[in-house]
Amino acid sequence: MIHIKRMQEDGADVIALIGEIDASSSIELDLAIAKSVGEGFTKILVDCGALEYISSAGLGVFMSYIEEFKDRDIRMVLYGMSERVANTFSILGLNELLQIGKDKVEAKQMVA
Amino acid sequence: MRTKAITRLLFLVGVITWLALLFTDISIVFSSSNANIKQELPTWLPGVILNLYILSVFYYFKLKIERDEVLNFVDLLWRVFATGLVFTVISLSLRLLEFLMGSTRLTTNVVFKDLIYLINLALMIGFLLMAFTAWKRLILYQKSKWLLRLWAFFEVGLLFSLLYNTFDIPMTEWLYVTLLSAFVMAGLVLSGNMKWVAYLNFRQKWTSLLLLLLTIFYLLYLFYTNSSLSESIANTVPHFTDYRHHIFVLSLIVFVTIYSTFSFLVILFNLPTTSVFEQKLEEVVNFQRISQSIQTEQNEESVYNILLETSVSTVFADAAWLEVNSKQLNYKLFTYKITDKEAHDIIAHLKTHNVKGILEQSSDKTKNMSKHLASLKGSRFRSILAFPIFVKGENIGTLALLKELPEGFNKEMTKIVSTFANQAGISIENFRLMEEALQNERYKEELKIAKMVQKSLLPDVLEKDDDFEIEAFSESADEVGGDYYDTIRINDHLVALIIADVSGKGTTAAFHMSQMKGIFHSLAQEDVEPDTFMVRSNQALVYCLERGSFISAIYFVINTQTKKIRYARAGHCPVLYFCAGKEQAVYFKDKGIALGMVRNKSYKNFIQANEFEYKSGDVMVLYTDGITEAKDPKGDEFGYERLESVVNEVRTLGPKEIQDHLIKKLYEFTGTENINDDYTTMIVKFK
Repeated sequence: MIHIKRMQEDGADVIALIGEIDASSSIELDLAIAKSVGEGFTKILVDCGALEYISSAGLGVFMSYIEEFKDRDIRMVLYGMSERVANTFSILGLNELLQIGKDKVEAKQMVA
Repeated sequence: MRTKAITRLLFLVGVITWLALLFTDISIVFSSSNANIKQELPTWLPGVILNLYILSVFYYFKLKIERDEVLNFVDLLWRVFATGLVFTVISLSLRLLEFLMGSTRLTTNVVFKDLIYLINLALMIGFLLMAFTAWKRLILYQKSKWLLRLWAFFEVGLLFSLLYNTFDIPMTEWLYVTLLSAFVMAGLVLSGNMKWVAYLNFRQKWTSLLLLLLTIFYLLYLFYTNSSLSESIANTVPHFTDYRHHIFVLSLIVFVTIYSTFSFLVILFNLPTTSVFEQKLEEVVNFQRISQSIQTEQNEESVYNILLETSVSTVFADAAWLEVNSKQLNYKLFTYKITDKEAHDIIAHLKTHNVKGILEQSSDKTKNMSKHLASLKGSRFRSILAFPIFVKGENIGTLALLKELPEGFNKEMTKIVSTFANQAGISIENFRLMEEALQNERYKEELKIAKMVQKSLLPDVLEKDDDFEIEAFSESADEVGGDYYDTIRINDHLVALIIADVSGKGTTAAFHMSQMKGIFHSLAQEDVEPDTFMVRSNQALVYCLERGSFISAIYFVINTQTKKIRYARAGHCPVLYFCAGKEQAVYFKDKGIALGMVRNKSYKNFIQANEFEYKSGDVMVLYTDGITEAKDPKGDEFGYERLESVVNEVRTLGPKEIQDHLIKKLYEFTGTENINDDYTTMIVKFK
């Protein structure tokens, strides 16, 4: 189960993920990002502070946006990951493809 | 068979007792009419014999009619009628004989008269008992406890009254009257049970009326004949078998006549309402048809058609249509005795006049819109009634019934058809549920096949070498997983190994796995460097992996000549390696991105080849994330540290033992046999 909250801060869209992302809830994540992009945001911050678990399907969602974001010059930064979640990202090598910040302050600097 | 024999025996007893009665009674009459002859036989004897005759005939009909299971009401009446006919004909022919012989000495003789009387008496009693048994069946058609008790009292009481006659108890007026009136009362009360009449249809009722009328006629005739005969005999001789004081016979006459008359009248007055009852019955049958259509019909259209037919026949409509008009379904119009054009004309007419009825999908109220039809010229219909059909709370269409008469539908009909429409909605819903269940079943079947395919993609035999031994294990959850491992010998000193995990589950995962297998078998043969293997695999997979899917993998080439292993990790769980001499194990956490994540040439920048040497006693543990992410009931993960320590406990053993230990510990940890992910391990032990 995942709960997704969205709010805007300094022209950036902050998407907060609360809970776990598995195969079924990854659809919600996909929808949230698609909506943000659809609304024309070019700075997207993903708050992973309350993200407890992410499955490969959830990682696939982030992965699927990499190329599109590069083409459209949209910056997305994930931040506040727990060690466990960060490990999942790094094993797959996604940490090299995605921008991952330590906290919101750092993340804001990264999208600026 | 036994019953048949008993019936025959009873018949025989009946005949014998009647002959005995004839003999005794005639001799008594003869002696009493002739003063010269001394009376030898006691006067009560014929009475006793008569009762024996009554008993045998009573049981004869009891067995013959009560046991017959197949008799329906009209058949029963027919039997009574036929018996009555035969008996009356016999009685009439005796009269004819008498008439033909004229007023001779013989015909005026009291003995001859007694003979005729006794024949008639036997016929009348026989007919009465036959009718009595038949009426019993009719009365007890729908029985209640109370009714059964009353009947038992009546029947047993009647039989007991035979005793009264048998022992020639002195004739006391008050007892006689009390008994007789008690039986008449009981008979009257019992005659109120006419439920069987309701089950006759129109034609059966007419037949029954005729049969009953004739039965009553026979009764009256036989009664008249007997009473006139007995009277004339009584004038001549003091002693003979007079039935006029016989309580049993009298009660029977009263009861049988009353019930026949009641039945006749009830049927007569029921005739005009028969059609209503028949219609109700038809409704029930039609209702059943709709309910059953779900089991027998092949598609929704049949359900619609049955709904049309049944509702039309139930409310005597002249025509009907069924408009299916929902978002999910294509527009469909089923018509019954009305052309599509006529139907469309009416729908359009109602629409243009902005009639807010059910024909508009948004309204859920049934409405009789007949008055709006009046303004439509050229239509033969003057009444219309429309109902919504709901499936899972969604209005999927409209059922409209039409009549050529104005004001042709009453409230009753509205209720009935609305029930039909509801039932049809349920039938269609059930039908869809069944369809869905079938679809699910098919999907499950497909999954089974996919799982079989996936299993068959995994190798049965792994490469062997003097330098190492490999053991592998893979168990997938109910859903098809995408874990893959394989080995291939490149040449006499090179062996390639792969372990991979396809993201996602189900059939697509199995397909991607088979692609991975194809890539592995073609590329590994070429003896490419591990990083090149990954780059080229990525290149190949980019075209078949859909957005968001990827494959994590590690590819090894073991060189037994140089005792070195070269490998590349593409986002797969890090290798757990135990060096023989050291206590501490290591995880090889090198750089490397899963296949399919970067879909361009730059992928080569994210992958690297590594190399290490192996020594005898080293253990290499390969696994998929299902192992490290396996959870115990509290939600804690199995994790990397636990994996390491579990393997460490048995690192000196062979690969099979290590594997068995690891799997055992894993199941102990999760506490259940039902895994919800794929567990795959490949353990390489160097010698």
